[in-house]
Amino acid sequence: MTKRSADPRSGPSAPGVLPQSERDLRRAFLAETDRIPGGGRLDQCIQCGTCTASCPVSYAMDLTPRQVIAMFRAGGIEQLLESRSIWVCASCYQCTTRCPADIQITDLIYALRRIAIENGIFPDRFPSHVFSETFIDMVRRYGRSYETGLLLLFFLKTNPMALYGWRRAGFDLWRHGRIQLRPEKIKDIDGLRRIIAKAETFDLPQEVVERQKITDSVGYAAIGGSA
Amino acid sequence: MTYTYYPGCSLHATGVSYDKSTRAVFDKLGVELVELEDWNCCGATSYTSVKKTVAYAIAARNLALAEKIGDDVVAPCSACYYVLNKAIKRMTDMPELHEQVNAALAEAGLEVNMTVPVRKPLDVLINDIGLERIIALQTHSITDFRPACYYGCQIVRPYGAIDEDPELPMYMDRMFSALGAKPVDYPPKVRCCGGMLVATFPDVAEQLCTELVEWAVEGGANCIVTVCPLCQANLDLLSLNTRTNGNGNKIPIMYFTQLLGLALGCSEAEVGLKHGLVPVKIEAPRLSAALAGAPSGRGDLT
Repeated sequence: MTKRSADPRSGPSAPGVLPQSERDLRRAFLAETDRIPGGGRLDQCIQCGTCTASCPVSYAMDLTPRQVIAMFRAGGIEQLLESRSIWVCASCYQCTTRCPADIQITDLIYALRRIAIENGIFPDRFPSHVFSETFIDMVRRYGRSYETGLLLLFFLKTNPMALYGWRRAGFDLWRHGRIQLRPEKIKDIDGLRRIIAKAETFDLPQEVVERQKITDSVGYAAIGGSA
Repeated sequence: MTYTYYPGCSLHATGVSYDKSTRAVFDKLGVELVELEDWNCCGATSYTSVKKTVAYAIAARNLALAEKIGDDVVAPCSACYYVLNKAIKRMTDMPELHEQVNAALAEAGLEVNMTVPVRKPLDVLINDIGLERIIALQTHSITDFRPACYYGCQIVRPYGAIDEDPELPMYMDRMFSALGAKPVDYPPKVRCCGGMLVATFPDVAEQLCTELVEWAVEGGANCIVTVCPLCQANLDLLSLNTRTNGNGNKIPIMYFTQLLGLALGCSEAEVGLKHGLVPVKIEAPRLSAALAGAPSGRGDLT
């Protein structure tokens, strides 16, 4: 048996004290919310559930939008990043427009996605992430999205068998003249690539943004309220 | 009147009939659409999920190109409309982001100052061209159409609701009933079709699309008219899916510009009816001279 070195009331496993990994993720998330106009309003959530009731895909989520915010407050950001919810969101903005506290829920979910990707927290070949990456690759290559190539590559990378299920749809779309056989490349693709390369320098993980109040405790204090 | 036209990637692929019909309708109404020279992908929602400043920068390249021309931008695709507007709004609200984007754009000799608005065709049709002018130019009757007017998400949320109720926008319904069609009551008009979930979580998207089609059929609609290429593709593809669509609900999914084009006398080829997976079997016969001369007798103009 290991000797208990820390005081159970203030040590790493004490109630209300977050592990280091959780604190790092929290800091990253709060830095992201600082870049969303009104992102700090996260602490205004009254847990009314309007978001969950409005969400057309909440039935397919493991954590509903209301629970996403509750989970963050409870110090469970790692569970959040591992949840299916942040990837099931179809970005329809119904929750955001209806939220009585004016919280940018959809944008917060985007922020969680970016943190999940940066920290490599997603199951292998997770569809949404692969889709986004494939999409970005298309844009960098051609300047425009190329639906045919995008879907083909996406399924080859994630689930080649699914292509079999899409054969009918593909054939019918082709028959109706809706399949683009060749990607379109913009003329100034070099210019676009330079823009992307330059903009990427602003997206690199920056030195830790100093937030006004990041505490190690959970609950309202941790999300910027009066500590 | 001249507008800068930003078709977006979809309208050059699965949404080809939206491109054709939008051009045809604006042509009939005597309004010029000039395609933005060398436009690039707006970045869609996928980009925002991964890279932030890059997402704004590539959207802003289009805005910068459009600003050089100076006309209002017309973006038919809901995702493009939303992404470009979001870029305008965020760069206005966040000077730091605006600076970073301009620093990136400078690499290609461009600059963005958010001087040109990005608008949806429906907004331009109703607010700039006007319903009276559209009705005056109607040549064909569309009384046999009972459309379920479907907006989907991103054209009304979160930035789109100019003069429209984001929960129950009625521009389309008003326009089509004024043209003599009989829009049905369609409560889920701003519900999500699932968007790109069709690729990532197909079961979820199928569920959403099935509900949307069933709702329209139960309401007595004989077509769904939409403003978004992704909604159109998702609902249209559902018609092939026998597993989720076992009750055989198959109704044509049209772009609103296709139906409007038919009313204005465009041919089926001009509005690209053949691109739909479910054929449109309703005809738009020529209006009789008497009826054409007295448009105020038809429909509800309010």
